[in-house]
Amino acid sequence: MSGDMSGDVTTDASTDASTDASTDASTDAPGSAAAPGDAGAPVPSIVVDGVSKRFTLRHARSIREMTIRALRRQRLSETFDALDGVSLTLHRGETVALMGLNGSGKSTLLKLMSGVMSPDAGSVRVRGRIAGLIDVGAGLHPDLTGRENVYLNAAILGMSEAETRRKFDAIVEFSGVERFLDNEVRFYSSGMFMRLAFSIAAHTEPDIFLIDEVLAVGDPPFREKCLERIRELRGEGRTMVIVAHDIPMLTRLCDRGVTLRQGRIVFDGDPAEAGRLWLEDRRARQTADRPGKS
Amino acid sequence: MSAVSPGDLPPLVTPGANGGLGRVLADRYLLRLLVRRELKARYKGSLLGLGWSYVRPAVHFAVYFFVVGIFLGMDQRVEHFPVYLFSGMVLVNLFTETLHSCTRSVTGNGPLVKKVFLPRELFPAASLLVSLVHFLPGFAIMLAGALAYGWRPDPAGLGAAVLGFAIIVVLGFGLGLLCAGVNVFFRDLEQVVDILMIVITWSVPMIYPWTQVRERAPSWVLDAYLANPLVSAVSLFQRAFWAPGTRGGFAFPPQMYGRAGAALAVAVLVFMIGSLTFSRAQRRFAQEL
Repeated sequence: MSGDMSGDVTTDASTDASTDASTDASTDAPGSAAAPGDAGAPVPSIVVDGVSKRFTLRHARSIREMTIRALRRQRLSETFDALDGVSLTLHRGETVALMGLNGSGKSTLLKLMSGVMSPDAGSVRVRGRIAGLIDVGAGLHPDLTGRENVYLNAAILGMSEAETRRKFDAIVEFSGVERFLDNEVRFYSSGMFMRLAFSIAAHTEPDIFLIDEVLAVGDPPFREKCLERIRELRGEGRTMVIVAHDIPMLTRLCDRGVTLRQGRIVFDGDPAEAGRLWLEDRRARQTADRPGKS
Repeated sequence: MSAVSPGDLPPLVTPGANGGLGRVLADRYLLRLLVRRELKARYKGSLLGLGWSYVRPAVHFAVYFFVVGIFLGMDQRVEHFPVYLFSGMVLVNLFTETLHSCTRSVTGNGPLVKKVFLPRELFPAASLLVSLVHFLPGFAIMLAGALAYGWRPDPAGLGAAVLGFAIIVVLGFGLGLLCAGVNVFFRDLEQVVDILMIVITWSVPMIYPWTQVRERAPSWVLDAYLANPLVSAVSLFQRAFWAPGTRGGFAFPPQMYGRAGAALAVAVLVFMIGSLTFSRAQRRFAQEL
């Protein structure tokens, strides 16, 4: 096995080197580097290399608004660097938390990984099937029944018909909406809606799993069930990238934490330390906001 | 820990790079589900369901037939006017519906486009297929009407029908892709497209014969009129489903087949421009929506 992997080891070493270099340059705390849990050389599963992403915020869309703004000599648009020269290599089997304040670039990074957006500079490469628990409700259509939605949403997340059929019962059981399966989703409570959506996504079994803010969903028992499912998927050697705002939960769940600050990686390593940095940022912002408001 | 042996590791690839129309055709399962979703959602909770897709062309037809056919006396000038009207109308409806729904297909699926990577061509492709599903009832009614008026199929006519149909589908989908891509950046386009529908309906010889243009307008207007690919398509459909049932004597536009061939070439060109524009524009869809 190790003999076969030699090819991957060399590519890994080269990508790691570039990551370490950029991390060192921008890190104030020394990163303890990625610590893949399993023995053997780590296989890179997501390689983000020097990625930048800039958004243009348009203040005026219609001609009327544009004229008004132009007459007042206000700017029509502003640019905003969501990500600025980010390099990061995630290995197979790692569970990584992306931490940072709102607007620090976490979700943008996740979107670049999923392919929904493409970077302005640099490259993102991924290995294997990728699925996202990114605002899971997006694929559900309110006018279709729960059953139809399971098939549709599973297909959107990349599952074949046979695969969906095989996992159908598991999905339904996990979501706990058996009784309402043939009702249209628009009659579901918001909790049921999210449970069904999460359940479908959690059964897609991708190689890379991107999870954005969905763990805040549902009542505590279901939340616990979700975490249980995520641990289960993690145990199967999948790569996970999680964005959430619950630091204790992330610290327990992840074996690596990456803290972002204004589109740059400022820390990469122990999740507890990454969480501490993030808390610092949050306090700093709160103290900065307070005098401004009063 | 994991049971995957290094030998079958998939390669590192750029996410979202494997889109395109080819991918849509390769993954027909999702396309089928999207079409079904569209149809189900449109007729949700209605008693008639897909039956409404018969009612709409029927009412459309009735209005034109009574107003233009009888009140304006067109049925005395054009033999079997209902069949003449309908054979053009099914095509025009197919074209306008394709264009209308393709234009809105990406913006209408905004939440999905922003959150999950799918080949974005899926959405206009699904819109095209839904339009084709809606085409069938009208087409069936037209065939029944034509048969009742004594129409019998002939090989040359069927060839003309296939050619006309191809022009409409390729041109409609090509323009639809173009508009779908541009509409993400300039939402004004859907208004423009809606207004164009009115023009399109009257810019083809469906309610009146093309000879009216020849009689009333200068020759350069006629040339421009006949250069419209939709005019060729509609004339071909009339040749296929209306002309064989009549006594004859109706003169189709000169060089109808030559123009139709050129129209198909134009349609293919528009399609290529449309799909190229769409595939370039789609890289910025997620951040624009």
